[in-house]
Amino acid sequence: MSVQPSRPDRTDATVPARAGAGLKAEHVEEILTSSADIGFFEVHAENYMGAGGKPHRQLEAIRDVYPLSLHGVGLSIGGEQPLDKDHLQRLAALNKRYEPGLFSEHLAWSTHDTTYYNDLLPVPYDKATLDRVCEHIEEVQDVVGRKMLLENPSTYVAFEQSTMSEIDFLKEITRRTGCGLLLDVNNVYVSCTNHERSAETYLSEFPIGDVGEIHLGGHAPDVDDAGRPLLIDAHDREVDDAVWPLYEMIVSQTGPLPTLIEWDNEVPVWSVLLAEAQAAERILHRASATGLQRAV
Amino acid sequence: MDLPEFPPKVGVGDFGEALWNPEAATPPGLIGPDGLTAPKRFNVYRNNVIVSLCDALEQTFPALQNLLGEDYFKALARAFVVQHPPKSPVLIWYGSDFPDFIEAFPPLASYPYLADVARVEWAWVQAYHAADVAPLDPAALGSVDPNVLGSIRFEKHPAAALIMSSWPVWDLARANRFEPDEEIRVDLDRSQSVLIARPEFDVELLQLRPGGDVFLNALLSGATLGEAAALAEGQVAEFSLSDCLSDCLSIGVFTDLVTA
Amino acid sequence: MKHKAMSAAIVAGAVATAVAGLSATAPAHAQAKEKCYGVSLKGQNDCKAGAGTTCAGTSTVDYQGNAWTLVPKGTCVSMDLPDGRHGSLTELDRDLPEA
Repeated sequence: MSVQPSRPDRTDATVPARAGAGLKAEHVEEILTSSADIGFFEVHAENYMGAGGKPHRQLEAIRDVYPLSLHGVGLSIGGEQPLDKDHLQRLAALNKRYEPGLFSEHLAWSTHDTTYYNDLLPVPYDKATLDRVCEHIEEVQDVVGRKMLLENPSTYVAFEQSTMSEIDFLKEITRRTGCGLLLDVNNVYVSCTNHERSAETYLSEFPIGDVGEIHLGGHAPDVDDAGRPLLIDAHDREVDDAVWPLYEMIVSQTGPLPTLIEWDNEVPVWSVLLAEAQAAERILHRASATGLQRAV
Repeated sequence: MDLPEFPPKVGVGDFGEALWNPEAATPPGLIGPDGLTAPKRFNVYRNNVIVSLCDALEQTFPALQNLLGEDYFKALARAFVVQHPPKSPVLIWYGSDFPDFIEAFPPLASYPYLADVARVEWAWVQAYHAADVAPLDPAALGSVDPNVLGSIRFEKHPAAALIMSSWPVWDLARANRFEPDEEIRVDLDRSQSVLIARPEFDVELLQLRPGGDVFLNALLSGATLGEAAALAEGQVAEFSLSDCLSDCLSIGVFTDLVTA
Repeated sequence: MKHKAMSAAIVAGAVATAVAGLSATAPAHAQAKEKCYGVSLKGQNDCKAGAGTTCAGTSTVDYQGNAWTLVPKGTCVSMDLPDGRHGSLTELDRDLPEA
């Protein structure tokens, strides 16, 4: 892996085991002028794939002061066709330019033939899909030249053809490709509720040693055809009361990990988003205290 | 003998096909916790795809949304999304053919100015994301031998765009997006051309003075300064070369000049 | 093909006027840098579910709008029309000028 020379005025790339927030253009000015005390920022890679202009200027300014996590939302790693080479090159270029401390993508598909569906669509958990996803992840890590994190999805339907559990599927991916995992605790709660499984059990089986980052976000409640609860991964509100304890359960086992608050819809003023990050950070502090006790 | 596959395999092609067509049945094999096909659950994906792409268009074309009203815009965007889904995951590039779609959309035939407003908005977004290139320093013109000034050509800045219109697009765009608080009386009998450029990080719009569009269009098509000026002067009596050149240079339409 | 061109003297004069005028106002651009964190576009790509999903996410509401049957209700309808009428909803009947 080649090491790019850092810009001299740029803060260290390593994302600390603190809370961070998804970067929104409307918050940038306040963040910079108030020197917001926050661990890191995460951006959606696709929003920075234009050639230049304000988005890059803002991101450079943020990156000079804060560590960065780069989160792709459009690579279609779970797709049936080869990865889009141009898109992969764009991801590699962004990694090179901004030296993010973390780089992640999704266990989902979004492109078929020439059409981009702009949603994180689900994949069946079977051998053919596993082989393909692993090949794609290996290609990503090859081209981008670094380890990536793969995020567990929010799903609304299951595939009858699936032959393994999501956990086994993820475990096998990390074993074969050496990639890490981005554990989205809200996605765990959403998917487990939607498929009538226990989120606690899911998390107790999750390969936590491979987790490099945690996501938290808000979801919207709805009901399905039969009136059962159906949660939608809307990222449009505070983290749900049911999700915080799951988060605490995980970090008390793993110790503090970089934790991102995602808020992409109905984006609040910066102070509200920062307060959510601070709530996560209080839990991280407790986790590190527990960890110290355990060490003693 | 081939038995039907069980459990039914849902390929991404089947999934995608059903996403696009709201009348299509949910692919069998996509199930809820009871093991039954789950249409309402599948509709979440359908909705996400359509709504998020309509949102992307709404963000790129806010003046159009104001002109048409929210409901109409949404319906129009939906018609477009289904016929012209994105081909790239980078949504800042989505909507390049929306202006042409509007122009050819029969229900909007009696609103012929809308497509040009959309062209202004598309150019604005592309200018916003265009490469960072320093515009031509006007002083560079001062160092060219006056005798050959007429034969120089210019290289276009990546952010620059000229929208020539038979409609008052400048006023329409300002009233519906860029200067919403100004009281702007839109006179549909007027023709206006708009110049879009980004001298630094803010996109700027400029209404071209008489003949400026003919002049700049010629320059951008490769004409020399002298040819473009003669063309504009021949077509538009009030054309002023110094004014129009000044407009172009002040908002950074060129990156460089090429002497013959 | 030989194009007609403006005389060198006239071009040179106009260029000189334009350049002189611009150098007088040049410092204005220094201020533009200050604004760079100001008004900016939201990112287009998100990993959220579609906006307004709470109610729309599982209904078919968003498929029902049909642009063939709806009538624009934005500011299109309040514009001054060529024949001097104001604000009334009428579709424009003016022919496109010859290109």
